Amino acid sequence: MKTAEELLSELQKALPGVQVSLVLNPSPSAQHALLVAAADALRVAFYLRDEAGYDYCSNATGVDWLDREVAEKVRTTRTVKKDVDGVEQEVEETIEQTVKRMESGYLEAVYHLYSMKMGPTDPHLPMVLRMRTENRTDRTELPSLTPVWRSAEFQEREIFDLYGIVFRGHRDLRRLLMWDEFEDHPMRRDYVDPDDYEYEPTPHDEVLKRAEAHRAAQGGAQ
Amino acid sequence: MAVEPDLKIELGKQGVFVTTLNELYNWGRRNSVWPMQFGLACCAIEMIATTMARYDLARFGAEVFRPSPRQADLMIISGTVTKKMAPQVVRLYNQMAEPRYVIAMGACAISGGPFKQGYNVLKGIDRYIPVDVHIPGCPPRPEALIHAFMTLQKKIEAQPLTGEKRPRHLDADAQGEFPVPVPAAHDLQPPVNRLVWPLPAPTTASEAGENA
Repeated sequence: MKTAEELLSELQKALPGVQVSLVLNPSPSAQHALLVAAADALRVAFYLRDEAGYDYCSNATGVDWLDREVAEKVRTTRTVKKDVDGVEQEVEETIEQTVKRMESGYLEAVYHLYSMKMGPTDPHLPMVLRMRTENRTDRTELPSLTPVWRSAEFQEREIFDLYGIVFRGHRDLRRLLMWDEFEDHPMRRDYVDPDDYEYEPTPHDEVLKRAEAHRAAQGGAQ
Repeated sequence: MAVEPDLKIELGKQGVFVTTLNELYNWGRRNSVWPMQFGLACCAIEMIATTMARYDLARFGAEVFRPSPRQADLMIISGTVTKKMAPQVVRLYNQMAEPRYVIAMGACAISGGPFKQGYNVLKGIDRYIPVDVHIPGCPPRPEALIHAFMTLQKKIEAQPLTGEKRPRHLDADAQGEFPVPVPAAHDLQPPVNRLVWPLPAPTTASEAGENA
């Protein structure tokens, strides 16, 4: 089996201009993933299936990445006026600053691919393909890979249900697990479950907090 | 009015069998409780095992599992009741003819079990329909289900035909239809039927703190 790096260079050769990058996994498994831009996803997926031999999508799932603050150290060089030996001179000075910026979050769809043609690999690790939405509020569309791997159909419906990624080109994008009238996406990290903590016989930790909050909201009457 | 046991034995020795209509009626009812044939999760496997040769629920007159709520007397809630499934369970209960009974089998059916804090599981079916016997366990063994069944038989046996404590099917004014919850935007509506499930006594904050 090819490593993700080899596959990446092969892809860039076969499909010039395609936006694919490598997401490194620093853990011992070194299970690096291919991150593909939404616009090129279908081309890349068809290539992986037809040319690279990944004819079996065993699993598709979602990941929710929240907005996060990134601290970066930036070196800037500037000219300052300074007294050098009693004479005022312009001197270049390099300072290091920590710049904090907000990186907007996104939703991610992760596909695990195997090959029936090539047979079992050693180690038995899947090829991981990822796609990311632009943000996690209003631009949550991704192209559906169901036309490429039929087995992704229900899994994409599940991702839509629990994470709220809208798969363009999916032929039957309905909720899979929750009821149709449901509006939330329960696997998102900012999901708040309904406040039905009126009766908790053995509350502890998070449940205790919720039960107390419920009691406070009821004016201590319950 | 029950016959005095001593008198009954004495008369029996003389070859006279004495009983009351109440006893006879309940004797017949408790020995042919037909459960409804449906399972919700893994507890259903134990329920199936209970009916098979080794545990043999037929000994208690309950081997006839009916696939229709119209012909069933007993609803065994065997497993996790998801919020998506709860309206259907309540609707099936409404479709059963009186007299009808409910056994809530397993941790999930009585309280939500390990999924209690989940977003998709009902915190006990007794929030919507009256439950006669609760069985703890995950899953309860077939013996536990048989025990629940015998408990239910004792309960049926003790039901009077008249008076305040008579069962629902002998009370023309009794509420027979239970509101089916409607799936809404965030939760089932209503989230609980207060007439069936009045709020249990609250655990106070200090008690809760001690428990933690």
